Amino acid sequence: MKGRKLWPAVALVLLVLASALPFYWAVLASFTPEARLFRGPSLVPGELVLEHYRALFTQRNFWIPIRNSLIVAGTTTAFCVAVGALCAYALARLEFRGKLPLLGFILAVGMFPQISVVSPLYMLLRFLGLINTYPGLILPYLTFAMPLTVWLLVGFFRQLPAELEEAAMVDGASRLRAFGEVIIPLALPGLATTAILTFVYSWNEFLFALSFTLGPERQTVPVAIALFRGMYQVPWGQILAAAVIATAPVTLLVLAFQRRIVQGLTAGAVKG
Amino acid sequence: MAPAFLTILLVALFPLAWTFWESLHLHDLRMPWLGRPFVGLNNYIDAIGDPRFRGALYHTLFFAAASVTLELVIGLWLALALNRAFRGRGLVRAAVLVPWAIPTVVSALLWRFMFEGQTGIVNAALLDLGVIGEPIVWFIQPETAWVPVILADVWKTTPFVALLLLAGLQNIDASLYEAARIDGASAWRQFRHVTLPLLKPAILVALIFRTLDAFRVFDLIYALTGGGPGTSTEPIALYTFNALLQNLQFGYGSALSVIVFLVTFGLAMVYIRFLGAELTGSRR
Repeated sequence: MKGRKLWPAVALVLLVLASALPFYWAVLASFTPEARLFRGPSLVPGELVLEHYRALFTQRNFWIPIRNSLIVAGTTTAFCVAVGALCAYALARLEFRGKLPLLGFILAVGMFPQISVVSPLYMLLRFLGLINTYPGLILPYLTFAMPLTVWLLVGFFRQLPAELEEAAMVDGASRLRAFGEVIIPLALPGLATTAILTFVYSWNEFLFALSFTLGPERQTVPVAIALFRGMYQVPWGQILAAAVIATAPVTLLVLAFQRRIVQGLTAGAVKG
Repeated sequence: MAPAFLTILLVALFPLAWTFWESLHLHDLRMPWLGRPFVGLNNYIDAIGDPRFRGALYHTLFFAAASVTLELVIGLWLALALNRAFRGRGLVRAAVLVPWAIPTVVSALLWRFMFEGQTGIVNAALLDLGVIGEPIVWFIQPETAWVPVILADVWKTTPFVALLLLAGLQNIDASLYEAARIDGASAWRQFRHVTLPLLKPAILVALIFRTLDAFRVFDLIYALTGGGPGTSTEPIALYTFNALLQNLQFGYGSALSVIVFLVTFGLAMVYIRFLGAELTGSRR
């Protein structure tokens, strides 16, 4: 009986430890001198230095990929939430023929393997002269970000009672005005959650960013980190420092909104 | 709403049709003098006879089977435990979300770092615990190179699977367990005859969801092993990427893309059929 009471706690501790340990080790290692990284590694902090972070910004211009990632993920998110909100509202409220197939279709597009559209997107972007540009990344990002946004927002709009806009429309407001002045303010938490999730997905995206950029001046953070490896030596200290920087903003954002994000994620996957 | 549909249509469907059309041609950007002759299904026939393609397909299936099985078993165990824990829910959410929010490339590099060299932390820990007598050089043999790859995937996504299953568990009516207890059912029988059947939908969704993801694996292996040693951990998405953007064989690469698409599409159809039923059920 005692054992039965204990095992949820054990599982919980295991989960937290297993999740945190690799990341703890990376943070610690990013402050450890390069020469000591592979000499008797220890989870207890020893001598701590800032050399890897300094090298990242003085030698590698790491602010360039950060800037690129912010621009690409930010624009993608803003566009998707603005356009996706209208589309999701229509799907959540209006009755029209072919609504269910349409929802299924949006979901299906969201699940396309990215690799299957790399070749035409590459040729299209090359034809338009957009390889290695910001629009050349934002445009492909819409293929996965837009379905995600619409899908999540439909779920959020459904939770709001329809009587709200009906009352506003009885009072003489148009549907668009009811949407703008009644629904949007109420759906703000849902919109924020959707925006955060879209941003996180765009910030973390790798395959398109790798395929459609050519050099450091347009590479996003994940691509820059993955290509750090030198010919002969792997600068592990700098890689880990960059990993910490790449992870910090999304982690903080996600932890700050964790309750809502978990709701959004499980709703997107389980309930639709 | 029209602009959103138009965007989706333009940026997703059109390229897909283009990929298919391209896959029917011989198109090698390294040899522009060959032009772009129509070759019918030749690229597909080549793919079937290509050992590297068959290897990549096999690696992908192996990766999907191994990682999804582990994730479901561990995820179910965690979900059952968490369903009983009343304290620490916030901590659990944080523990679940951090691995999920980290870019896949970054988590791949974390695991590479831990397994790197003869004196990395994993070798050090295993030597200290006396599990191994000699340090293992993980990345020079296919058998050992798969270990960090699968562990990294399990680390990143098991918490998410647990979360999905936990949501399913919380929907099960507690009075069912009470009734089973009164009838004298053991814990195992309760699990076997109440939990498992009622959790089946959630398990299925997690299974399909994860299989789809595992089938498209790219970032993780690109950053962790680069498909090596040789091509022994190369999945189908990485081979397709190499055919397209390293070898610039656009016709052949497109044929590989179409094959990846068809397989995932088949899986996705199962998923949508499943969700479709839930959608109609929830309509008012």
